[in-house]
Amino acid sequence: MPLQTILLALCALFVAAGPASAAEPIRLGAVLSVTGPASFLGEPEKNTILMEVDKINAAGGVLGRPVEVIILDDETDVNKAVLAVDRLIKKENVAAILGPTTSGNSLAVMGKAAAAKVPLISCSAAEKITKPVNPYIFKVAPSDRLAVARILAHAKTKGYKKLAILTVSDGFGQAGREVLKELVPAEGFELTADEVFGPKDTDMTAQLTKIQGTSPDAVICWGTNPGPAVVAKNRVQLGLTTPLYMSHGVASKKFIELAGDAADGLLLPAGKITAAAKLPGTDAQKAQLVAYATAYDERYKAPVSTFGGHGYDSLHLAVRAIADAKSDKPEAIRDALEKIKGFAGIGGIFTFTPEDHAGLGPDAFIMLGIEKGDWVIVGP
Amino acid sequence: MFAGAPQYIVSGLTQGAAYGLIGLGFTMIFNTTGIINFAQGEFVMLGGMLSVCLSVAGLPLPLAIVAACLATAVIGGLMERLAIRPLAGAPPVNAVIITIGVSILLRGGAMLAFGKDTLALPAFSGVKPILAFGAAIQPQSLWVLAVTLALLAALKLFFTATIQGKAMLACACQKKAASLVGISVARMALLSFAISGLIGATAGAILAPITMTAYDVGMMLGLKGFAACILGGLGNPFGAAAGGLILGILESFGAGYVSSGYKDAFAFIVLLLLLFVKPSGLFGKAGVERV
Amino acid sequence: MKRPVIGQSVVQAGLFLLLLLAVPAALPNEYYLSICILGSLNAVIAVGLNLLMGYAGQVSLGHAAFYGLGAYATAIATTRFGLPIPVGMAAGVTLAAAVAWIVAAPTLRLKGNYLAMATLGFGIIISIVFNEAVDLTGGPSGYVGIPRLALFGYTFESDRSYYTLMAVVLALVVLVALHLMKSRTGRALRALHVSEKAASSLGIDIAAHKRFVFVLSAALAGLAGVLYAHYLSFIAPASFGFSFSVQLVVMVVLGGMASVWGSVAGAFFLTALPEALREFEDIDILVYGAILVLTIMFLPDGLAGGLKRLGRKLRRVGVDHAG
Repeated sequence: MPLQTILLALCALFVAAGPASAAEPIRLGAVLSVTGPASFLGEPEKNTILMEVDKINAAGGVLGRPVEVIILDDETDVNKAVLAVDRLIKKENVAAILGPTTSGNSLAVMGKAAAAKVPLISCSAAEKITKPVNPYIFKVAPSDRLAVARILAHAKTKGYKKLAILTVSDGFGQAGREVLKELVPAEGFELTADEVFGPKDTDMTAQLTKIQGTSPDAVICWGTNPGPAVVAKNRVQLGLTTPLYMSHGVASKKFIELAGDAADGLLLPAGKITAAAKLPGTDAQKAQLVAYATAYDERYKAPVSTFGGHGYDSLHLAVRAIADAKSDKPEAIRDALEKIKGFAGIGGIFTFTPEDHAGLGPDAFIMLGIEKGDWVIVGP
Repeated sequence: MFAGAPQYIVSGLTQGAAYGLIGLGFTMIFNTTGIINFAQGEFVMLGGMLSVCLSVAGLPLPLAIVAACLATAVIGGLMERLAIRPLAGAPPVNAVIITIGVSILLRGGAMLAFGKDTLALPAFSGVKPILAFGAAIQPQSLWVLAVTLALLAALKLFFTATIQGKAMLACACQKKAASLVGISVARMALLSFAISGLIGATAGAILAPITMTAYDVGMMLGLKGFAACILGGLGNPFGAAAGGLILGILESFGAGYVSSGYKDAFAFIVLLLLLFVKPSGLFGKAGVERV
Repeated sequence: MKRPVIGQSVVQAGLFLLLLLAVPAALPNEYYLSICILGSLNAVIAVGLNLLMGYAGQVSLGHAAFYGLGAYATAIATTRFGLPIPVGMAAGVTLAAAVAWIVAAPTLRLKGNYLAMATLGFGIIISIVFNEAVDLTGGPSGYVGIPRLALFGYTFESDRSYYTLMAVVLALVVLVALHLMKSRTGRALRALHVSEKAASSLGIDIAAHKRFVFVLSAALAGLAGVLYAHYLSFIAPASFGFSFSVQLVVMVVLGGMASVWGSVAGAFFLTALPEALREFEDIDILVYGAILVLTIMFLPDGLAGGLKRLGRKLRRVGVDHAG
């Protein structure tokens, strides 16, 4: 008797579940560094994904089904990222994975996602993620090469000849340093100094003093908060006037807040979203960018950053692929992702091909300056 | 050859004074309880974070800093009362693990309460550098050095001229004997945690305008402070201060003349070599081993 | 004195292995298997560190460095120099042991907190080298493309097979540790823990014994590092820093000093805890810290001591009922 009861109950469940399955949510997973050293990236990514999922579902979801994103925090730790991806693939059975936030974590989990044939859209920038192309791995953050190229183009127009670099000794800084050491001489500049600082360092006057000794025309500092803000302050304290370029790693209002008056006159390459309101009205993306910035500001009472944009792009690309594929099967999503053309995201216009899983062109960056605590657009 | 040396000395002394203050906090607790307090760095973090938050909330800067330091002293006292005292009789390594647990709690609490952003505190008297001896000196550096000296003098006075201070010294020398002559060792332990919270928070507050602060700065600063007091000889407050200054100078010269990437390694190599030659630090007494 | 001590350790380790091998059958999905693999890796290091800390009474706040040396050595040997994996693994363990042997002589003369500082400094120096020697280690962004473990023509491709391997390795390590502690060397180590002077007056060569156990525990950490690198096929310096060294010490103390089983329990407990606390979302770190503090407060002799007392209490209750 009990066995029969159980069987009956199971049948009843299946019958009940049958018609409901039409509105069963499409499950996506996200592995983001919401805490830990990279939380300044992961937190806006998480906020943006939560906000955009609500927007997508309010508009009827995709394929007539709501979207559900299971967000796991990897605490900026490699092992936790691996466990999180395992959990998403093996326990939660997600259709695609958004993130991880950092390059190191992305490189560490790529193999797992590819082996399980689940597409992964990384929010990080390292070129190694999509070069060589892995069929299941995509990324949305623009490569550092594009940012460096923007800085060097600007330096050329100013007639600078000698450049010094000061980079942070973490994954972000190292990636920048490698590209800088390659492109600075290749573009015909002389590299006078190559200094580094630790991610938790609190005083860079020693490095700046040493750099000043090599009398460069300009200094390029590559790092994420708070290091570059310390560099900016130390530069003022030492009374240096050599022009200072920053990287897109500090392209947020937070940096201006931290560096205070010392931020005045600094230059950096940044995604268009950073100064969305200042874009010329002719810019095709302006309306979309301003709408996102306003919505984010309203919901979270915090200024937008390019980083949140990576969350936006990874989510919307996945959803667009699901719509194109008319399926939430991981392999179908992968095939559809590879065919996406001219998708207007926050970070730029994405066009994926079987040979290019990064999808962005050089127009992803514009050159910004800081004046009286606000952004000014100084060049394309 | 020695280009930039004056600048390196100024930077090194500023950083070093802060390391010394943090080391001083370690020493206070170690002397009365024999515990290495891994949450010492979190006291520094709390000093900085609370100062910023209170001043943003509208308190005038000096008041915000005093309030932050007192609040951290209370937290230090609470830590002793709630987490350390109940352990009485357990091996010291357990107490050390407890301090690690408390540091995780304080860091997590600060993250939830103040957020994950790095915060800046305005400099006490402007940022216009003073140019002297070929170096640019920030006014805040002078504040750091002056406050460190003042705290050292106050401690000296406390240990030599007050009954509480003398009682604390007695605990450091011989716990059992101290309790036999009527000193409450438990109260001294409480006091030492509170004072050490106060010193740590002061270091955090005076350093914040130069280095900025965030919920996760404590671990690295705590580490440097621990290195400072080992360098000077554990148990000797003035050794800790001197150790801090030496460590700061080593780092700054390491960054300037060796390699900025290896500057911490350079400082630690010197520290290790020194320990191999003098196993109980520069100013430490050679330990007497009980059989 | 019981005679068949060695037989006893073999039986214990054998039963432990059977238990470990039975675990996957009880798991609902393979995600839990990944936690078990990381848990056994940590357990291998913790058991080794406990030999040093719990038995011989020498602190190390730098053991993550040996873990990292093992991992990087095999990574570089197998990818850059194209050496076979077993050679890379041997290189990893040997490098960790050799570095430990060199460091041991000056370092182990130091005592207590000075020893802690020296090992801490050593760990930091090594982790800075991992970060800065970019040409060799790939720097902060990590080392990619390490091959998955393959031995005697068999590739441990699935997590299930890797876990089986880890279970065997962990059981062997436990066996070695149990056996060692019952041997003459184990007794000598415990003697020098209590009093170096007394031990040396009994004719125990203090320096040699300390160095032996330090090298052994470093070699075990190196072994874990080697297995970690070939499991994840990606390593980054952040995994081998000061905070991991501290975590290892916490595993040992939380598990129970001078208890091999305690270290195993401590390692699995601390590896699984953060995953279990995911349900708490934002406040998970507070819960983690609170559990740490409360465990030490209420189980001063660690998980091992707690379990032992629980067992005794149950037995007593059983006796009461029987009587």
